[in-house]
Amino acid sequence: MQFRLERRPEPSRVMIYATPVAAVLLTMVVGAVLFSLIGFDGLGAVREIFLTPLTNSFKWQDLGVKAAPLIIIGVGLSISYRANVWNIGAEGQYIVGGLAATWVALATYGMTGWWILPAMLVAGVAGGAAYAAIPALLKTRLGVNEILTSLMLTYASVQLIYYLVRAPWKDPMGMGFPQTRIFSEAARLPTIIPTTIVHLGVPIAIVVALVAWFIMSRSVFGYRMRVVGAAPHAARYGGFSENKTIWLALLVSGGLAGMAGMLEVAGPFQRMVPGFPTGYGFTAIIVAFLGRLNPLGVIFAGIVMAITFVGGEVAQTTIGLSSSAAGVFQAMMLFFLLAGDLLVRYRIKRVQPQTAGVTP
Amino acid sequence: MTTELIIAVIITVVGASTPILIAALGELVVERAGVLNLGVEGMMLVGAITGFVIVFTTGNHYLAIALAAAAGVATSLIFGFLTLSLSANQTATGLALTIFGTGFSALAGQGFSARPVTLLGPLFPGLAGDPVWRVIFGYSALVYFALFMVLAIWWFLKKTRAGLILRAVGENDLSAHSIGYSVIGVRYMAVMFGGAMAGIAGACFPLLLTPQWADGMTAGRGWIAVALVVFASWRPLRLLVGAYLFGLVMTTELYAKAGGGPLSAIPSELWAALPYLATIVVLVLISIRRDASTNAPACLGKPFVPSN
Amino acid sequence: MPHRLELTGITKRFPGVLANDNVTFAVKPGEIHALLGENGAGKSTLVKMIYGIMQPDAGEIRWDGRPVVVANPKAARRLGIGMVFQHFSLFEALTVLENIALGMDSKIPARELEARIRAVMTQYGLLLDPHRTVATLSVGERQRIEIVRALLLEPKLLIMDEPTSVLTPQEVEQLFEVLRKLAAEGCSILYISHKLYEIKALCDTATILRGGKLVDTCDPRQETSRTMAEKMIGAGLRDIVRSQGRSLGQAKLVVSRLSTPKSGHFDVPVDDVSFTVREGEIFGIAGVAGNGQNALLDALSGETRSSDSAAITLGGYPLGLLDTTGRRKRGLCAVPEERNGHAAVGDFTLADNSVLTARDRLHMVVMGLINSGAAKTYTGRVIAEFAVKALGPASTAGSLSGGNLQKFIMGREILQKPSVLVVSQPTWGVDAGAAAAIHQALVDLAAAGSAIVVISQDLDELRTLCDTLAVINLGRLSAAKPVGEVSVEEIGLLMGGVHGTEARDAIPA
Repeated sequence: MQFRLERRPEPSRVMIYATPVAAVLLTMVVGAVLFSLIGFDGLGAVREIFLTPLTNSFKWQDLGVKAAPLIIIGVGLSISYRANVWNIGAEGQYIVGGLAATWVALATYGMTGWWILPAMLVAGVAGGAAYAAIPALLKTRLGVNEILTSLMLTYASVQLIYYLVRAPWKDPMGMGFPQTRIFSEAARLPTIIPTTIVHLGVPIAIVVALVAWFIMSRSVFGYRMRVVGAAPHAARYGGFSENKTIWLALLVSGGLAGMAGMLEVAGPFQRMVPGFPTGYGFTAIIVAFLGRLNPLGVIFAGIVMAITFVGGEVAQTTIGLSSSAAGVFQAMMLFFLLAGDLLVRYRIKRVQPQTAGVTP
Repeated sequence: MTTELIIAVIITVVGASTPILIAALGELVVERAGVLNLGVEGMMLVGAITGFVIVFTTGNHYLAIALAAAAGVATSLIFGFLTLSLSANQTATGLALTIFGTGFSALAGQGFSARPVTLLGPLFPGLAGDPVWRVIFGYSALVYFALFMVLAIWWFLKKTRAGLILRAVGENDLSAHSIGYSVIGVRYMAVMFGGAMAGIAGACFPLLLTPQWADGMTAGRGWIAVALVVFASWRPLRLLVGAYLFGLVMTTELYAKAGGGPLSAIPSELWAALPYLATIVVLVLISIRRDASTNAPACLGKPFVPSN
Repeated sequence: MPHRLELTGITKRFPGVLANDNVTFAVKPGEIHALLGENGAGKSTLVKMIYGIMQPDAGEIRWDGRPVVVANPKAARRLGIGMVFQHFSLFEALTVLENIALGMDSKIPARELEARIRAVMTQYGLLLDPHRTVATLSVGERQRIEIVRALLLEPKLLIMDEPTSVLTPQEVEQLFEVLRKLAAEGCSILYISHKLYEIKALCDTATILRGGKLVDTCDPRQETSRTMAEKMIGAGLRDIVRSQGRSLGQAKLVVSRLSTPKSGHFDVPVDDVSFTVREGEIFGIAGVAGNGQNALLDALSGETRSSDSAAITLGGYPLGLLDTTGRRKRGLCAVPEERNGHAAVGDFTLADNSVLTARDRLHMVVMGLINSGAAKTYTGRVIAEFAVKALGPASTAGSLSGGNLQKFIMGREILQKPSVLVVSQPTWGVDAGAAAAIHQALVDLAAAGSAIVVISQDLDELRTLCDTLAVINLGRLSAAKPVGEVSVEEIGLLMGGVHGTEARDAIPA
């Protein structure tokens, strides 16, 4: 018996939604086996990383707080990747957004007023968008690959944090620690559920995803992104300039990454520290793919990734597994998802061995 | 500048350039076959941790290099299987490979940090005494390996039939297929070669530069290698020049600090950011020179799907 | 003497299609044998089986009287079968020599190979510099590489798949000389084409396929083009219906001194082109592929914008600076040659493909949001009026056959009632029925007062469809003439780059 791939006349709708779920489940099964084979507690790792965050209600608030930035950045990336614009420097845009918001917070230090948080939000979005504008400019003017430039800028932005918190923004009362002072009350994100750490960023993330979903599915903007990504030639024929699309894709994804940076620095961190880059910008790449580049899918993918993040920390304390194990699981999920993409476009057919006129 | 300083600079530059050069040579062959593997950084990290663990446990540097190459090949096969056998998107798969390599190496390196190993010594210790001789003979085997591979890959691509077939597959996969060459087969070989080179390049970090393990110790050098291939417009000899120029940029801080003067007042964060900013500048410069991109293999990054 | 090649009862089935149904015919040594049929008649499948690319489901292939199994192209070449494909398998960035070396099964030292190539080239008058890069060669020269590559193997049967579709009439004549010479030396030639006049001029025997079945094997010199065409197409030919006593109106589209910048290495830009199309006129632009047709279409549609506002005017209004959207709003619609990926997005539904070009003219966008109901209604109309075989507006464009997709695209533009329509290769790769429908739709649109530009490589199409004809060569356009006043020879010379009075003088009286 032989198997053969046969192209489907139309991409399978069922497979589009089924493959991400299958990827998560396969990761758990294969992950447990592989981790056991290389000498770890495989079952324990899967249990702690994928299940404990769900079963332990104390961890739910962590899930929300971790999922929010992943969703916001993931939504932006999903829009950008739809247009075939490969912004992989969301981490850098997140950092610069956080730095811009920090600048506002430090400049308004000691002041009060409802306008401070919105001003920080605007600064964060603008900072992220401005940082993404560099690859956009280089790509549209000179054709420089945006993958490499956005990534190089991420490495550079990490150094920018180190510099700022070590010298000009250093907390004078910080006993020499390289970090800024704690923001004043007006520059801190309020929690929305008392006695938890769930802050305003969580509902904002959901709203961002819903709005993005509406825009992507109904508007000319969404159409533009989809057509440029699917067939750039046809897009030009339809009157959508590729350069304008690259600009929009990078500004939107950069702006959203910057927004996430602002929410993180004003929420969980409440000050700028060298440990601010936590890799959300990179994990959001997986979130975007796992969510099928669909903002609604990104909500669920963001939660799944948050589970592995929280679970990674759990596994570290309970079974002494490095938190980087979560990264391995996340990458495996993406591998399985990419492999599953084949089933969206092709079906596997069983073929009977041919008899007539064939010699090997 | 004194002769000794110049010699010291050359030796540092050559050392710092070597991993980038080796990784970029591998990626160059991969791209010439029409495949864009953005997972170089991930494969390097897997090579780095493998090389470190082997040298830590056995003390044998050459065994460490060999197994780092094998680990690179194994990692590259994940990429190969997904993109070549399952025609997955190459950009996304390459990113996934880097995320995987980062996580895997950190996991495997758990508990190994701050444990020193010995660096790989010069290949010709007898000849390395005199400072001037040292500029030529004072390096480890990895450095000579990189230089040898520059010539070997140049010769392979230019002069051999296998190299011609590899270029043909990268230029026009459908034609190569219709003539009867195995496009997927050739690309698998190229991807595995790229994996081996990236693995060795990763091993350079603990064996040649910093004798210990640190998470993410390749620090984006794999991405710089990818950029260098563009800079070199897919030509091995230009890659050599590019890699050494980068080595110079990456080590500037050392002699700027040593030289004193106004340069030493520049914050160290800027020096640390310099290689990345330089990469961007290089990409900009290369794009201004118009003919560069036309030299790219025509099928680069496009999945090959035979029609029947 | 046994037949060189003999096929008996060859049958090949694909999912849903019977590509070849019990096909039987034979080719004698030294015979030039035509394989004639429409697109989709099964010619390509048949030769792929002869050349070992595919295997028949049933039937027998005999070679020099002995039954053989042609396992793969390599085995075919070992038997002495050579093939020149319609789409060349060449590598643009490599040299002629490297290209030929790649096609050789055995490894021959470069110097020896070069000597053999030069020998074959001189013998058959196929001159080329082996060290030139393919990218710098014309299409005709590229075909020579393929022929030389096949001849180096000293074939006993040479298969030529639609070899003339990219050649000028003069280049065709040169090719025929080479083929006749080969046949005289005993090499059999299997010549695949749907061009009847070529087959009458060249071939000794013709085997006609229709819908996978063999219709007839005949002597083309004893047949008229009409009888062969009827065998090929089946039902009697339909003629285009033109309204009587039509007169052309005011100048509608005026192009003056239009040039485009050279964008890529290998592309031919438009060079100082001027012409005028009147209301109700169908203006044909002939030319060999790769002479600036794509650049001209892009420049007219607005994909490439001009720096001179007045280079293109529609009813006196300058369009030069506008993009495609701006020009469409003014009434100029265009259909490029490449259907999937340029004129339509394969992964999108037909309704979404309507939004691509009709959103502004038909008000499908309200405050930045797409009115998908309006898009679906319009798409339904296109499907109904142009008899597009599709499940409905929600089918993806990629699921349609080439002919149906082309009908959809043409319908999508024509039902917008453009005052100027520019189309490239409107019936390329489309079956005869769909081609007739598309031609009729264009004639009707012109009759309603639109100005139409048709860019095509098919001279027959242009001569039946157009009122006026011009020829594009290396990006330059010849003077336009009423279609009745130009001969095929004159067009042929213009296509080959011989201009103006020169062209007239070159035709022997």
